[in-house]
Amino acid sequence: MKQPFFFAIAVLAVAVATAGCKKKETAGQDNSPAGSQTPDKPAAPSAAKSGIKIGLVYDVGGRGDKSFNDSAYRGLKWAETELGVTIREVEPGEGSEREAALRQLAAAGHDLVFGVGFLFTDDITKIARDFPKVKFACVDYTVPDDPSTIPSNLVGLRFREHEGSFLIGAIAGIITKVKTVGFVGGMKIPLIRKFEAGYQAGVKHVCPDCKILSAYAGTTGKAFNNPNKGQELALSQYEGGSDVIYHASGKTGDGVFNAAKEKKKWAIGVDSDQFHVAPCCVLTSMLKRVDVVVFDTIKATVAGEFRNGLQEFGLAEDGVGFVYDDNNKDRLSQDVVDRVNGLTKKIIAGEIKVPFE
Amino acid sequence: MITRSVVRREAITIGIALAVSVVAGSLLIVLTGKSPTEVFSLLISGTWGNAYGFGQVLFRATPIILTGLAVALAFKVGLFNIGAEGQMIVGSFATALCGTSLPDGTPAVIAIPLCIAVGMVGGGLLGSIPGLLRAYYGAHEVINTIMLNFIAAALVLWLGNEFFFARATTRTEPIIEGARLSNFDMFPGSNANTSIVLAILLAVAVHLFLTRTRRGYEWRAVGHNPRAAENGGVNVRATIIGAMTASGALAGAVGANFVLGYKHYFENDMGTGVGFMGIAVALLGRNHPAGIIAAALLFGTLSAGGLTLAVSVGVPKDFISVLQAVIILAVAAAAATMYLRQHKKGDQAGDPQKGKPGQQNQPGKGDNADG
Repeated sequence: MKQPFFFAIAVLAVAVATAGCKKKETAGQDNSPAGSQTPDKPAAPSAAKSGIKIGLVYDVGGRGDKSFNDSAYRGLKWAETELGVTIREVEPGEGSEREAALRQLAAAGHDLVFGVGFLFTDDITKIARDFPKVKFACVDYTVPDDPSTIPSNLVGLRFREHEGSFLIGAIAGIITKVKTVGFVGGMKIPLIRKFEAGYQAGVKHVCPDCKILSAYAGTTGKAFNNPNKGQELALSQYEGGSDVIYHASGKTGDGVFNAAKEKKKWAIGVDSDQFHVAPCCVLTSMLKRVDVVVFDTIKATVAGEFRNGLQEFGLAEDGVGFVYDDNNKDRLSQDVVDRVNGLTKKIIAGEIKVPFE
Repeated sequence: MITRSVVRREAITIGIALAVSVVAGSLLIVLTGKSPTEVFSLLISGTWGNAYGFGQVLFRATPIILTGLAVALAFKVGLFNIGAEGQMIVGSFATALCGTSLPDGTPAVIAIPLCIAVGMVGGGLLGSIPGLLRAYYGAHEVINTIMLNFIAAALVLWLGNEFFFARATTRTEPIIEGARLSNFDMFPGSNANTSIVLAILLAVAVHLFLTRTRRGYEWRAVGHNPRAAENGGVNVRATIIGAMTASGALAGAVGANFVLGYKHYFENDMGTGVGFMGIAVALLGRNHPAGIIAAALLFGTLSAGGLTLAVSVGVPKDFISVLQAVIILAVAAAAATMYLRQHKKGDQAGDPQKGKPGQQNQPGKGDNADG
């Protein structure tokens, strides 16, 4: 007689478990600008235009993260409309699907296959060897000990985040009225240290006697997804006297923006334009142009100019930058922007060497 | 004892459930503007229709056979282990630590069994905790196994980041050559590996243990009615602890597939979800080892084929998740309906489902309600 009850529990448990697993994916769908089957429709007519087929596999979290993956998606759509390539995007679930998706895209006759995120490094290197006729590109590729081992059909796309962070540091150093600024990092790894090092150098460049408060949310992956910790760290930095905080901490940054709202102080976004997260308080954002890099790589492939090896994107390549638009033009005076643009020129010219560690 | 009528009823149950799922799935496909026949035939041809695809089905089925067995074994003793996910994580991590710390050149005959055993011990230890809590304090294993999933994931991530993960990654160093399982040459490019043999052997072992040994009989007796079993001289506490430990150990063997047979290191988030999938597989497989293997192959086909659909026709992967959920709901609903109908008849007649596997767990729940 209790059998139906047992089944009810079983079904409920599975439902809860499945819902838990799927949360990330569905959250992505909610925020995505277009429905999931839209890529097919425009693809059909434009395929005739270039005949080039592009596959792309997203990082953990998938589309709708308002940051990294969405930026890659914009680059892909941009290439579809402008270059007439056929696109196919896959959101992997569990870890082994990253590899399987890359392999199947390559086997299905795509000309260029992207892996978005450093997690793809090992898999894409292996699969590039298995499919020598297909071209591969990996965003945030981890450099192997011996870079000459990178297969000839693979390009590792890397960003000089420290250069963009240098400009952000300069802006913070000019804007601060109390000569104290803050930095909140996510996970304490060399990638995030690049942001911090560039930022510190930028602040010191325009304001040698400024103080920089710096803190990390943790040493695990969760440090990128811990808004409470971010808020705590930011509040303590605002109370410790800083009036501008730059974050490089993914979702943890939401807490930094909350703290900025509470204290009515400045915060600076990262990766994408984060103005809309806290319109009252976002001074600017450091841009990491994954979209530009994805588009440029596709464009080069279409033109038959694909280059393998490592490619770095800094200020000179328009791979990083800062936001200056209608939303924040009354927050950054023309004088500030001119000075920062001057610094950009000096970095591109090699007159300023930005440290990354 | 499985009578013919039970087998027939099970077959009807599953048949109805699958038919409902195909209809519901077709409706969904039509809603996304595609042809159901095209999508379903691609699902089959992309998996069972070629060597790579079939290899991927085996690769995907292997871990869920193991977690399905873990859940089913606990079911038989009247326990509901929702902790296979955490046990799988701890077991895989332990397997990887074994594989990285053995000296280079350790022969495979030692390294492979040892690392699998270490993983099973790891999963078993985690499983024993809710077993002990249930046996001595009556704390419900459902709550405790769910909670331990979070603890296990966080603990492994912390240990990895603090001590074991390679610099700037979320994975361990690679395991030694001797600990690696080989892939099948007949499925080129796929990740299928010899751990499928381990999974099938364990399924046979679980079946023989439950049906052919005295201890197995005692365990099933506890699952039937713990009070009666206790009066009959069975140590119920020891059985509960033993069953939860064995269940955890089965889930802990998953590392053989992901670590020894595929990546050759442990990576955070590796295999996420296979523990929960095990619950579905046990339910669909009616807690019988043969049924579990069949259900795991079905779910393996769906997840391998889901990716193929995403790559080849752009059907979103969520479609497969929905289809899996529909199958689970349909099986549960069909089984409950069949049970109720049968039960009305069975009250008067000779009650054929007494010996039916999968229904013996019910008294365990009753016991719990009593305190």
